[in-house]
Amino acid sequence: MRNPHVPLSLVVPGLPHPLLAPDRCEAWAHVREGFESARALVDASGADTLFIYSTQWPSVLGHQMQGAQRLVWTHACPEFHELGSIPYDFAFDAGLAETYAQCARNRGLHARMIAYAGFPVDTGTIVALKLLDPARKMRVCVVSSNMYADRAETIVLGKAAVDALRETGRKAVAVAVTALSARMIPSVIEPSEERVALARDDEWNRKILELFREGRLEDVAQLARTFYREARADQKFKAVWWLSAVHGGHNEYQGEVLAYASLQGTGAAVVALREGEGLAGDPEFDEDDVEFFRGERSVLSPTVRQATPQTEASPALGVAGIVS
Amino acid sequence: MTHGRIVAGALAPHPPHLVYAENAPQNEPRAECGWEELRWGYERLRKSLESKPYDVIIVHTPHWRTGRGHHVLAHPHFSGLSVDPVFPHLFRYRYDVKVDVPLAELVVEEARAAGLTSMPMRNPDFRIDYGTLVSCHMVRPQWDVPVVAVSSSSCYDDFSVEVGDAQMTALGVATRKAIARSGRRALLLASCSLSHRHFTQEPAVPEDMTHEHIYNYNQYLWDMRMLGHLRAGRTKRVVEESPDFVEQASSETRAGSLTWLLAALGFPTEPATVHAYGTVIGTGNAVVEIPPSTGV
Repeated sequence: MRNPHVPLSLVVPGLPHPLLAPDRCEAWAHVREGFESARALVDASGADTLFIYSTQWPSVLGHQMQGAQRLVWTHACPEFHELGSIPYDFAFDAGLAETYAQCARNRGLHARMIAYAGFPVDTGTIVALKLLDPARKMRVCVVSSNMYADRAETIVLGKAAVDALRETGRKAVAVAVTALSARMIPSVIEPSEERVALARDDEWNRKILELFREGRLEDVAQLARTFYREARADQKFKAVWWLSAVHGGHNEYQGEVLAYASLQGTGAAVVALREGEGLAGDPEFDEDDVEFFRGERSVLSPTVRQATPQTEASPALGVAGIVS
Repeated sequence: MTHGRIVAGALAPHPPHLVYAENAPQNEPRAECGWEELRWGYERLRKSLESKPYDVIIVHTPHWRTGRGHHVLAHPHFSGLSVDPVFPHLFRYRYDVKVDVPLAELVVEEARAAGLTSMPMRNPDFRIDYGTLVSCHMVRPQWDVPVVAVSSSSCYDDFSVEVGDAQMTALGVATRKAIARSGRRALLLASCSLSHRHFTQEPAVPEDMTHEHIYNYNQYLWDMRMLGHLRAGRTKRVVEESPDFVEQASSETRAGSLTWLLAALGFPTEPATVHAYGTVIGTGNAVVEIPPSTGV
């Protein structure tokens, strides 16, 4: 096994319909069934940790790792508030979060663990935790989605996650909380009107799922930018960059599409990936396989590069590190 | 019922750093100082608004993003703790907010009459976003008037900046009609920055102003161009140049707040007053008071 620390990876959607209202719509029920199949795979995986990257938790200052030991709240989704509230009581693994932050800093990233009472856990993370681990048996680590991080930075962030798992000896299910096409139907619809917003979004989603089904995770990662441009994939589909880096950037997976439907027009799929005999073989890489993040490439203003503040938290990021 | 009216509008950016640096009693973290130019600009705005009494604040906020049109807070009272998911070390704010529900319902009604998708937000567990809280706090820290908060629709991303601006223009006009029907004297806030590219690191002491400056010269030039238009009363020009501004300066006006405000004010040709311009973690922010058009 190339990565013994990650026996299973999942792609899951982050909207609340499968949690709050699966009975109201066939599509929502189908996604809920996909979550339940995924939960069975989690239970059988032998993993002790859910390692989550959620596109619904944005960050600006580098990467944030959730380390609050306990967060208790009653959440109303900012978009689907009429579906009802979601009480939650989650425990997070502060030790793993701190180790992950340190491993990320070791690879040149700006990263920190955060632990604040009342911190707003995002809808996507809530849905994933509620449906994948309802009994709270697993340890949990969640990382934010930096709005400026492109592929190289996100890949390094994924590799740092593997470093953290290796260092702590954990075995994790890596979970990318992301929609496929993220375009909503921009009006209030009846459940009976549920459909993917655009036919071309649906066609792109199905193409991506075909690749997932063939276990071609790295191929999907390399197509992410195209998928984003053509079908408005969720947050550039960068969650799959992270997932591919965490599980291993190759195509030798057994892929299983556990569900595909729409949630308010977005493409919602539950996908499981385990290492296996893939059909496609290893891909050629279209970019460098980045090990260390050397900073943003500030092309517009040289003076900015000289003045970008350093912090104690990122001693490796000297000025040279930022500009090179 | 008295015919309602807009007493003033303001570009009122929402970096949580400002409430942090104010050492607002509602906010848990403490600061030594920081971002004085913007905070003093808000002080000048508050002073100016003393001569323009208002019954309600209507705020359009980029940090309540919605995909199904335009949502409006429509529950009478919210209280709780707002922790900024992006800057949690700076903003952990206890709020107690009253909402003008009748006016909120009118905004929804007029928006729908204009052909827009709009819905009231009535879930009492809803956590108010920090855009709403920061802008309202900086303008009216005593929290003694009710608010109506309007979400930021993803129409700019779903379609284009042009489509987004068209929707926000319609929403602005609908908001003005709702105010007129309500009989209220309303203050309107566009809770957004101008240029909006952030640094992705901050100094060990966040309020260490030796590190604070605009992200790049390009953003600065764009910010000055837009402020020049506002100071000269060229409000339609602001919207006409909006697609380029959004694309070239990563402007937060992409959330629609400024277009909504200018449309609600009737695209005034009277000069706006720039109370302050300053940067926050590299983004360009201005506190600007904009009078309503005398023609509406």
